[in-house]
Amino acid sequence: MPDNVPVVLVIEDEAPIRRFLQSALIDHGYQFFEAANAKDGLSQATTRKPDLIILDLGLPDLDGLEVVRRLREWTTLPIIILSVRNQETVKVSALDAGADDYLTKPFSVEELLARMRVVLRHSAGLSQKAEEPVFTLEDWKVDLSSRQVFMDEKEIHLTPTEYKLLTTLIRHAGKVITHRQLLKEVWGDAYSNEDQYLHVYMTRLRHKLEKDPARPKHLMIELGVGYRLKVD
Amino acid sequence: MDNQNIDPTEYREPMKADASRPPRGKLKIFFGYAAGVGKTYAMLEGAHAQKVQGVDVVIGYVETHGCIETELLLNGLQVLPWRVVNGNQALHTEFDLDAALARRPALILIDELAHTNAAGARHTNRWQDVQELLESGFNVYASLNVQHLESLNDVVTRVTGITVRDTIPDTLVDQADELELIDLAPDDLIQRFEDGKVCLPEDIAQTVPHFFPKGNLIVLRELALRCVADRVDAQMQDYRRDQSVARAWPVRERILVGVDTGSSSTRLFRAAQRMATALHAEWLAVHIETPDYILRDPAGRDRIVQILHIAEKLGAETTTLTGHSVSEELLAFAHSRNITKIIVGKASSPRWRQVLFGSVSEELVRKSGDIDVYVVTGERDEPQPRRVVQTLRSINWPGYLWAVFAVMLCTAISEIIFPYFSLTDLVMIYLTGIVLVAAFHNLGPSILASILSVLAFDFFFVPPTLSFAFNQQHFFITYIVFLLLGIVISVLTSQIRHQGEAARQRERYTATLYALSRDLARTWGKNNLIETATRHIGQVLDCQVAILLPDPPERFSSKDQNFPLDLNERGLVEWVYAHGQPAGLGTETLRDSKALYLPLMASRRTVGVLGAQLPHSTISPEQFHLLELLASQTALAIERTQLVEESQKAIVQIETERMRNALLSSVSHDLKTPLAGIMGAAGDLLEGEVGTRRELVQTISEEADRLNRLIRNLLDMTRLEAGALQVRKEWHLAEEIVGATLARLDTRLHDHPVTTHIPDDMPLIPLDGVLIDQVLGNLLENAIKYTPAGSPIDISVEIMQGSVVFQIADRGPGIPIGDEERVFDKFYRARPDGGGVGLGLTICRGIVEAHGGRIWALNRPEGGALFQFTLPLEGRPPEFKPEEMEVSE
Repeated sequence: MPDNVPVVLVIEDEAPIRRFLQSALIDHGYQFFEAANAKDGLSQATTRKPDLIILDLGLPDLDGLEVVRRLREWTTLPIIILSVRNQETVKVSALDAGADDYLTKPFSVEELLARMRVVLRHSAGLSQKAEEPVFTLEDWKVDLSSRQVFMDEKEIHLTPTEYKLLTTLIRHAGKVITHRQLLKEVWGDAYSNEDQYLHVYMTRLRHKLEKDPARPKHLMIELGVGYRLKVD
Repeated sequence: MDNQNIDPTEYREPMKADASRPPRGKLKIFFGYAAGVGKTYAMLEGAHAQKVQGVDVVIGYVETHGCIETELLLNGLQVLPWRVVNGNQALHTEFDLDAALARRPALILIDELAHTNAAGARHTNRWQDVQELLESGFNVYASLNVQHLESLNDVVTRVTGITVRDTIPDTLVDQADELELIDLAPDDLIQRFEDGKVCLPEDIAQTVPHFFPKGNLIVLRELALRCVADRVDAQMQDYRRDQSVARAWPVRERILVGVDTGSSSTRLFRAAQRMATALHAEWLAVHIETPDYILRDPAGRDRIVQILHIAEKLGAETTTLTGHSVSEELLAFAHSRNITKIIVGKASSPRWRQVLFGSVSEELVRKSGDIDVYVVTGERDEPQPRRVVQTLRSINWPGYLWAVFAVMLCTAISEIIFPYFSLTDLVMIYLTGIVLVAAFHNLGPSILASILSVLAFDFFFVPPTLSFAFNQQHFFITYIVFLLLGIVISVLTSQIRHQGEAARQRERYTATLYALSRDLARTWGKNNLIETATRHIGQVLDCQVAILLPDPPERFSSKDQNFPLDLNERGLVEWVYAHGQPAGLGTETLRDSKALYLPLMASRRTVGVLGAQLPHSTISPEQFHLLELLASQTALAIERTQLVEESQKAIVQIETERMRNALLSSVSHDLKTPLAGIMGAAGDLLEGEVGTRRELVQTISEEADRLNRLIRNLLDMTRLEAGALQVRKEWHLAEEIVGATLARLDTRLHDHPVTTHIPDDMPLIPLDGVLIDQVLGNLLENAIKYTPAGSPIDISVEIMQGSVVFQIADRGPGIPIGDEERVFDKFYRARPDGGGVGLGLTICRGIVEAHGGRIWALNRPEGGALFQFTLPLEGRPPEFKPEEMEVSE
């Protein structure tokens, strides 16, 4: 195997899901390993040296949340969690514990591949420690060095808080960020439960940066979980 | 819309039941030094000023005494009707407390705060009515003259020579939020009086000659001014203290007053109260019950109770302790409560007694250590003849007769045996008689027996016989020793007897309490508890007793035929329950009612009311105290069973919920996992397939997706019906929720142009984002399903009458006429080929109603269906820190 092929470890107790993931991931050029329970998964995470872990939250032997915590004790490698609906609180806990993104079952292969690309790009960026001074997304241009924001070549004035919110979203572009994480990064620890600040400021940002604020294309809310800057 | 009546506090603090209790109202007192200075006038002017500012002002009770200027001021203010009371001689008009409470004004005016209510009112005094108004959260303006203040009452009496009976506790004035002094120079007042400009009530008119000498007016004015000045000083000190945050305030002073019937207790209290006010201290009045005290007649014991009551009115905490030595008990109590100063009266006992037995004040000074002891002049309050009358009435005549008879008997026996025995043996016979008298009667008869014995001994036996003279010197010593011996025996014997009686009574109380608590501990179930407690307390008081609980089906219903409750009594029971204070027969509140009612106060709350149909209209303090103890025992027992019941219920509920959630999530997991497999595999296959095979795989994928939605709806429906739907309201913006739904349904909506109308100034709305997204999603999917491709969908949100109205309109065929309500029914389908199972709208209704809103469907006049739902705008949105709102570019 060549070195640049990303290694994916899937920890999932349902064989049919493992099977279609195997076929889809190998087709798209990933190296695939699987584990049917948490114990096996945790041990393979050390031996296989994966670039990415896909983790089901409902494992038979150990709570998925606990698996995230144990992994985060020693590694920063990206983790995407799989969950079923009505598990918003569990999802948020797992994300706050360090998981990078989530998918709700049933999900499509394209969705999964898109999420995987984003988190792999972020983890690569982290290791290179290189940040682009200018972020562009369709008609947006954010110059991080001069702190200027342009839409269709026209400068948009943002308040300091709005700017900080936008740059935080850009730093995590494509990934979901929980309310708590966003509030902590933009407003500080004391505000980590003041979700309404986010709702109000995100709405203001949409009014400045989205063509139709009621049908946003980029500044997306993930109800019950957090926000995501959609990049593709 | 019916949700307009919802109390906004309910949403904010749903768990706190106490929050429903209103904050205490504000009291403003218009304070004067004499009738006629213009308090009522000033109060009415103040009321008009408030009314102009839009405050809801009503007049509770104002006496104009026919004064035209004052009556003119009544114009434009609502006057509450007075209550007419049929008194002993004539009809009285009284302030109607219940009418005032029912009227719920913002501000109410009450004249003459110190007025004593006629019999039949709920409270004895008008100031208690005002207290209740304040506690119910209404603001009050009241008027008051200086002579009615409890602490100044004796000074006023001394200065003017008039005894003012109606007094109010100083604490009420201390608690007043504002005290406005209405002042007028005495000369002007006299002038006004002479000109006939002063309007006076008839009962005060007769005291006018006493009050109106200029000297009196000057003194009263000074008292009033000083009173207000003291208050201003206290406010300034409070202000200073509030301002100096860093400096710790020194440990609080506590003053203890030793109370005795003998000393000048009321003056002592006033001295203590003045000292306490000056030092910002709290003060306690304590009476030590010694065996000696138990010897006192019942009138004396009642007096102690009254004295302690006066102390309470002056703001003291009162206690009665038992012990042998007053000084030791006082000091032990003082140490246990961190007392810094003790005040006692100077002993009023004769000098010889002090030398012989010492005095309490001297012992206190000697043993007090670091506690300051103040000895205040001990004039008697009233060297009352009343006391003598009481003593005369309670003289134990049979005892004295027995004493005379015993001495006669001893003399007769001595006469018989005199020839055979010596004189000293006869003394023994007499002493036996004295001991017997002392053993069965009080101190008086036994001392009488001692004296009579000595006299009889001298008269009949000491030569020369039949004469009080004696010729041998040593007999004098015999007499003295005989008499002393007799008195000592009498004193000791009667002390033992009284201690025994006191001990027996305490033991009786203890035994009663013990028996009750033992039986209560053994009893299980609320009804059995009530039965046991009723029986025990009924036996102790020898009367009908009922325990009334606020439980459904009927609040405070009496199951006992012998304890009927009419409407008035039930109202009183409600009052006792709400205020946690005793009322009814034998108390100061509604003493005309048929029974005494005590609140059953447990550790966390009042659990019910104890009613007792006392055989007499009074109850002794000891009995009352015992009754209170029994009531609290019962209350704790009832609370215990309630807690057990509650915790059992909670356990069952938690268990049920846990089971249900486990079942739902396992069903959900088991159904969705295979679907996820199918959809994933189909999605994977789709890539690289072409032609018919691609279409087939596409069908697998789409049908699996539909199955997924159906399962979701079925599970949601199950959750709704099981009551397992949890609404977690948070503050959201409507635009964001609508945006999330539109983004989620983006691909399904590409055949339908969507327009949104959401005003920019929409406030934050309390809602569960995930659930409302589901409502919007279901309504949109409905529109997609039933309208032809290309037809537009309009979404709008607006505020209407305290609610948010969401509206989704399509241009499709509309709803079949007459089915506007039925569309929300379970399994209703407008078209059999619609593809759903008819649950989407039912779920919408469940979610909206769980939010406290409503949902309905209409046909638009221009064609198409219109779905509207409302969400209540309740509670206050969270506030933003102002600096966060600043926009700095």
